[in-house]
Amino acid sequence: MTPGSFVALSMILFVIGAVGVLVRRNAMVIFMCVELMLNAVNLAFVAFARLHANLDGQVIAFFVMVVAAAEVVVGLAILMAIFRARRSASVDEANLLKY
Amino acid sequence: MSGVLAAGQATSAGASVTFWVLAVISVAAGLGMVLARRAVHCAVLLAVVMLSLAVLYAVAGAPFLAFVQIIVYTGAVLMLFLFVLMIVGVSARDSMRETIAGQRLAAGVAGIGLLVLLSLIVGHAAIGPAAPPSPQYGTNNLRGLATLIFTRYVFPFEVTAALLITAALGAMVLAHRERTTPKPTQRELSQQRVSGAHPSPLPGPGVFARHNAVDFPALLPDGTPAPLSVSPVLARERGSSAAQLPPGGGTGDDEGAAGRPQIAGAEPEEARP
Amino acid sequence: MTSSLAAATAPGIAPLAATGVQRGMWLLLAFPLAGAAILLLGGRRTNRWGHWVGVAMPLAAFAYAVAAFAAMLGYPAGQRSRVLTLFTWIHVARFNVPVGLQLDQLSICFVLLTTGVGSLIHIFAVGYMAHDPERRRFFGYMNLFVASMLLLVLADNYLVLYVGWEGVGLASYLLIGFWQYKPAAAVAAKKAFVANRVGDAGLSIAIMLMFAVFGSVTFTGVFGQAGKASQGVVTALGLLLLLGACGKSAQLPLQSWLLDAMEGPTPVSALIHAATMVTAGVYLIVRSGPIFDLSPNARLVVTIVGAATLLFGALISCAKDDIKKALAGSTMSQIGYMVLAAGLGPPGYPFAIALLLAHGFFKAGLFLGAGSVKHEMNDEVDMRRLGGLRAVMPITFVTFLTCYLAIIGIPPFSGFFAKDTIIDQAFSKGGTSGAILGTAALIGAGLTAFYMTRIMFMTFAGERRWDPDAHPHEVPPIMTSPMILLAVGAIAWGGYEILGDRLAHFLAPVTGYQPPEPAVFSVAGIVALVLVVAAIALAWAMYGRRPVPAVAPAARFPVTAGRRDLYGDAFNESVLMRPGQWLTRLSVYFDNRGVDGLVNTIAATVGGTSGRVRRVQTGFVRSYALSMFVGAVLLVGAFLLVRI
Repeated sequence: MTPGSFVALSMILFVIGAVGVLVRRNAMVIFMCVELMLNAVNLAFVAFARLHANLDGQVIAFFVMVVAAAEVVVGLAILMAIFRARRSASVDEANLLKY
Repeated sequence: MSGVLAAGQATSAGASVTFWVLAVISVAAGLGMVLARRAVHCAVLLAVVMLSLAVLYAVAGAPFLAFVQIIVYTGAVLMLFLFVLMIVGVSARDSMRETIAGQRLAAGVAGIGLLVLLSLIVGHAAIGPAAPPSPQYGTNNLRGLATLIFTRYVFPFEVTAALLITAALGAMVLAHRERTTPKPTQRELSQQRVSGAHPSPLPGPGVFARHNAVDFPALLPDGTPAPLSVSPVLARERGSSAAQLPPGGGTGDDEGAAGRPQIAGAEPEEARP
Repeated sequence: MTSSLAAATAPGIAPLAATGVQRGMWLLLAFPLAGAAILLLGGRRTNRWGHWVGVAMPLAAFAYAVAAFAAMLGYPAGQRSRVLTLFTWIHVARFNVPVGLQLDQLSICFVLLTTGVGSLIHIFAVGYMAHDPERRRFFGYMNLFVASMLLLVLADNYLVLYVGWEGVGLASYLLIGFWQYKPAAAVAAKKAFVANRVGDAGLSIAIMLMFAVFGSVTFTGVFGQAGKASQGVVTALGLLLLLGACGKSAQLPLQSWLLDAMEGPTPVSALIHAATMVTAGVYLIVRSGPIFDLSPNARLVVTIVGAATLLFGALISCAKDDIKKALAGSTMSQIGYMVLAAGLGPPGYPFAIALLLAHGFFKAGLFLGAGSVKHEMNDEVDMRRLGGLRAVMPITFVTFLTCYLAIIGIPPFSGFFAKDTIIDQAFSKGGTSGAILGTAALIGAGLTAFYMTRIMFMTFAGERRWDPDAHPHEVPPIMTSPMILLAVGAIAWGGYEILGDRLAHFLAPVTGYQPPEPAVFSVAGIVALVLVVAAIALAWAMYGRRPVPAVAPAARFPVTAGRRDLYGDAFNESVLMRPGQWLTRLSVYFDNRGVDGLVNTIAATVGGTSGRVRRVQTGFVRSYALSMFVGAVLLVGAFLLVRI
């Protein structure tokens, strides 16, 4: 319950999200794993705000949320455009830059 | 609000229990999210994680952030995810077979490595107990946040606002599709309808439906499935699974392909408004 | 053993400048060079009259040489060494090489021999090569040879001598391989050149050593400072000069080319490989006397080489059926005598030169006689197909007989005086070496008589074993006149010598030896005569009395060894050629596998590595994401390491 445990939980969630990005093939799911990582970081910020009894951490978490929202908007728009062109949501389909 | 706050500020057993329960739930949901086969399941599990995180924010003394998490993050961003999932293919099951050799192993090893490293760092950092609540951190969380945002962090605030506007514009540009043919006028549409196969207005959705599922086609008078009764997107996605008479009812089963007539894939262009 | 006369012109004192007639010394070179230039550069246009130009030039040079000789006799004995400096060739820091011509008693002998005997041989060649369409080119090369030989003997420093040395080597190559379309001739020319090259290496290293030690390559410079060099340097110089002489004079171990050189036209064999070029080695040794005087070890080696070669050549000659090759073996043997004499020091120098000059006459005469026989017998040289030519070619027979008597050393012909004094000097050297050398020389004299008598009987006496379509007559006068003149020279030269060692006195200022008044006949001379007579009798018994078989009979050891040049070629092949071939093959192998292999391996490695490494670009976003993630983890780890 100490800030340390919050940070530990944040770490675990972050690593889960990172591994998920690497392992999944569906673009939507990869996006969602990225969101998970962002949420984990937010939790860490809040924990540190609690640690120092200082609101700066929360402000930063707030801004992270805003930026995450903007990023999701643009990312999903891109995904839609790709989907319309290729009819597939798998990231492995886009491998034309191979050797 | 103050009750939540009071509950959050106390390092009591209640807070600990909350924390541990929610921690287990969020980790389990996270793992499930990474391992789930269908994308919709991943979205729902992400929602679970976000909600438990919201409660944890509240426990940690950030009530405003908790509500913003629920309203904005879960309620808006995640819903956006779900909308796009609908368009892209809601019940498509991902193949869990890994195509790139060694990817999973490497990802697993790297992940464990990162976990170990972070543990070392965090362990070395010696994060102590929470500081006593300062006047700034005190009862009025909202006022404190507002003060900070509009004084010390006003410049990032303005920049983030610009970012939002830019993102919205960018999304509009990306989603825009040029018409290659002129938009048909009302007169042209009427002419098409009268000279086409169905002069009379088509029945509304669900009139001839035999089933609640949207991917279950209605039957024509002669007993064949009606191509117009299923969305062309669903028909294409499901392939052979759409518009089939079930042997004994049941929802659309993706894999069963035997004995089900196919609906030919329709044009993705929406010819009707 | 020096005298006051010799001390007056001790080595190292610069000779006087040329005056009077001798200031035209350069004409000696200019005439034959002009002849060569006209004939070789003029081309086929000069075909009709080219040979007369080729004859006129050596004759003109001879005329001048006689005039210069007369002028020289007019000077007092100590002032007969004259130098004409033409221009400075090299002048780089300390290295100063002038092109100067030195006419002294030693070089005038060679000049007269080359131009005189050379002119006679040129005249003979007009008749001999009458049916050859390339006659003009032949005379061009012959003139080139004469010019180079004269440059060799007239040079006043070792480097210009080397130019002449190389020039005669070149001319020898061109002339041996004159009939290039014959594979045997081309191979023989190449063999001669390569063997000469080995000797040339010795001479050039000697010149380099001279410059390094003495700072000069002129005769006066080197001989003047020779006393200041260490014994090792002087011995090394002597041995290197000996190597050069062996190459040019076909002495052991570089003797293998001389018998093959008989592939060339007979006038070439007469002029180059009998009278002049092969004597250049003897000239070098005698000229470098001051160096050899300082090194008894080098001198001993010279005598050993000379003695071994004289026996070697004589043994080969006894077994050869080809008349020209037998005479070539004889040349090798006679030059062995000269080298032996030169190795005895100042007592031997004048007699080496005496034999050299006499040999020039009688060996040229013998070769021209063989050339006449060959010309008339449709180029047949196998003595087993000759016989009984005495009746049909009387003039050739008489001249050949005269030269034969000269070479085997019957008094009063020239060979007797020269050869017997050499045998005498060898014995007077004293000690075991003297006895061995003297005995070798005696045995050589006996062998010489044997094989020459054999040649006489097989060629001119006995029944006719000719080819059915051979109709020999006497050769035309243009070919007989030179032979007659040479025979006269073979006789007259002996008379000259008999009048009190005049040559030795004449050469004294150069060689540094004043001979005492000798007895005309010495013990060694008498023993030699007895041996000669016995050998003649033996040869008569074997070849004169019994019929000579037309096909060479199978033979036992000494004859088979002689027929195979005493295994000289076999030795060269196994000791030098095959290891050389293995070495080149090894180098080629090493180059192909090693060097090329290394380069190709590097290229293949680079190619293979890049082929493997490019597979990292899979095109999958997830792989790239994985590498980014791993990189980030490593960075975090690095931070951790730094901080902790």
